[in-house]
Amino acid sequence: MLTFTFRRILLSIPTLLFIALVIFGLLELSPGDPMAEMPLTIPPEVQEKMRIALGLDLPWYVRFFLWLYQFFIVEPQVLFDHWFGTSFAEGKQRILSFQSRSPVMDIIVERLPQTLWVVGMSYVVGVLLAIPIGVISAYKQYSIFDQIGTLISMIGFSVPTFFSGVLLIGIFSVGMDPDSFFWLPSIYDTTHKVTDWASFGFQIRQMAMPVFVLALFNAAQVSRYMRAAMLDNLNQDYVRTARAKGMSERVVVLRHVLRNSMIPVITVIALGVPSVFGGAIITEQVFKVNGLGQQLITSIHASDIPMVMTLTFIFAILIVVFNLIADILYGIFDPRIRYD
Amino acid sequence: MTDTPLSLTPTRSQWWDVWAQFRTHTGAIIGLGFLVFITSFVLLGPYIWQVDAGALDIRSKDFRPFYVGLFSDVKWGWNHPLGTDNLGRDILANLIQGGQISLAVGWAAMSIALLLGTFVGVMAGYFRRLDGLLMRFTDLVLALPLLPLLLVMMLLFRDPLRAAFGPETGIFILIVSGIGITSWMHTARIVRGDVLALKEREFVLAARSIGTPPRRMITRHLLPNVMSPIMVSATLGLASAIITESALSFLGLGFPSDFPTWGKILFDSVARMAVFPERVIWPGLCISFTVLAVNYIGDGLRDALDPRIRGL
Repeated sequence: MLTFTFRRILLSIPTLLFIALVIFGLLELSPGDPMAEMPLTIPPEVQEKMRIALGLDLPWYVRFFLWLYQFFIVEPQVLFDHWFGTSFAEGKQRILSFQSRSPVMDIIVERLPQTLWVVGMSYVVGVLLAIPIGVISAYKQYSIFDQIGTLISMIGFSVPTFFSGVLLIGIFSVGMDPDSFFWLPSIYDTTHKVTDWASFGFQIRQMAMPVFVLALFNAAQVSRYMRAAMLDNLNQDYVRTARAKGMSERVVVLRHVLRNSMIPVITVIALGVPSVFGGAIITEQVFKVNGLGQQLITSIHASDIPMVMTLTFIFAILIVVFNLIADILYGIFDPRIRYD
Repeated sequence: MTDTPLSLTPTRSQWWDVWAQFRTHTGAIIGLGFLVFITSFVLLGPYIWQVDAGALDIRSKDFRPFYVGLFSDVKWGWNHPLGTDNLGRDILANLIQGGQISLAVGWAAMSIALLLGTFVGVMAGYFRRLDGLLMRFTDLVLALPLLPLLLVMMLLFRDPLRAAFGPETGIFILIVSGIGITSWMHTARIVRGDVLALKEREFVLAARSIGTPPRRMITRHLLPNVMSPIMVSATLGLASAIITESALSFLGLGFPSDFPTWGKILFDSVARMAVFPERVIWPGLCISFTVLAVNYIGDGLRDALDPRIRGL
């Protein structure tokens, strides 16, 4: 198992390098000009100097390796310095945003908590909803509960989040009286600080809609997998044996079947994390959460190449890392599968 | 669905069995019915409702739909049954035209993804030398963050393609190929797995022993046998292509604003949703129900094409 993990980690390095090259190549083809938003009154020679200041006069491979160096060496050093008060990164150039001229990583760190709160919470809620629904639908196959659960999960991944989100805003922000208990804010207030119970309540209220929209979407997929895995296991011989031994249904279902069914579902849950971050791009746009997804959209519109490059690469790292986690979890939980 | 005519002694072909099983899935039949309905709505709609989607009727702007007008005192008229937008464009005509584009994007992108996926899958499964290379490549593409890359691609190639093919065709080509080349990987994996299993079967050995060349081997013996997983992933691909297109339009990176698609109409109407909810609800319902219908068809197909379930 350890060798396998090691080999997979080594293999993911060329994968990540390839992805970085693809993203960089795409951005390199970009006709979008980072100087396009500058006033037209700036004389051409000054514009040329600004271009050089942005590093745009260097050939592409120099910029690519510079970015790699900055991302993999300088930024971790900055983080290390920040934690331990050392000064490894002193005087070294960090990845700077074209738009704000401040380090890209600082902006990302500023925006990460909102995204993590909304996205992470929605995934947790979604999974917690999905597992019992999947278990009950499989145990009572073709019952009313199963039919309704199937319908809801079909609706969950058919209705796009930008429609369900807008619909919820229409009902709970526009349609409700602002003084009523059910009124929910449609815009996520990032500056809000949780200090007491009242402000905690407000935080819950402003998170409710984006979390619910994303959670419905996630729960729909996970509950389908959960149901299928449970159905596969419920007809197995060991279940009959367990029942024949006189075990209670609770023990049979929750101890034996659920545990075995969780093996594929856990990997599906791990594999789903990166796509949840991708889906959050749209949800953040709907609810005006100023998280990473929204930053990505604004940077794309402004041709802020370092920002787009770094953000997209972080999404890629998430995908590679969670694929790895899924494979390792599969090996740990399923003793029949050993990769060596 | 190949629908063989019913004779007195019905021949039980494989596709007839599939259709018989498919018919027992209520959701799938309703889904198929809805898909036929919405397709004929957008295709035949312009002949019945002959209002130009782009025509500005500024005198009757901001009309409400008839079901609001009948019960309350608002501006409305039978010449615009679902109302008009702030420039007086007819919403029903826009829904029809937008549906044409949304569905066309969905079908075209799905076909590209299927062709690419099947090609890569068959090549990797049949030719052992290509297998490692192609599957590594598939894994690499799967590890790419697709939605951000699609957004970047939209922005990059929008202007060159617009200049080359005109604003509408250019964006159409861009969106269709963008969605197509970012969604073929799952089909490729499934097809490869099936081809690998088929290759070990006796009929393939028999065909090879009489000297069938690889090209004919693939088209005559392998492709017909991997049709069922391809059809299931076609439905999934159609559903996700429609959603992706409307998501791109919703993020403001899709079609230009005078060129309606369901996602675009929804996006343009969100700002005035409180006053004119119908402009959000109708396109949203169109997208949701179409995708729901396609997903149900996929569910039914999966059951119908699975021989382990079909016998029951």
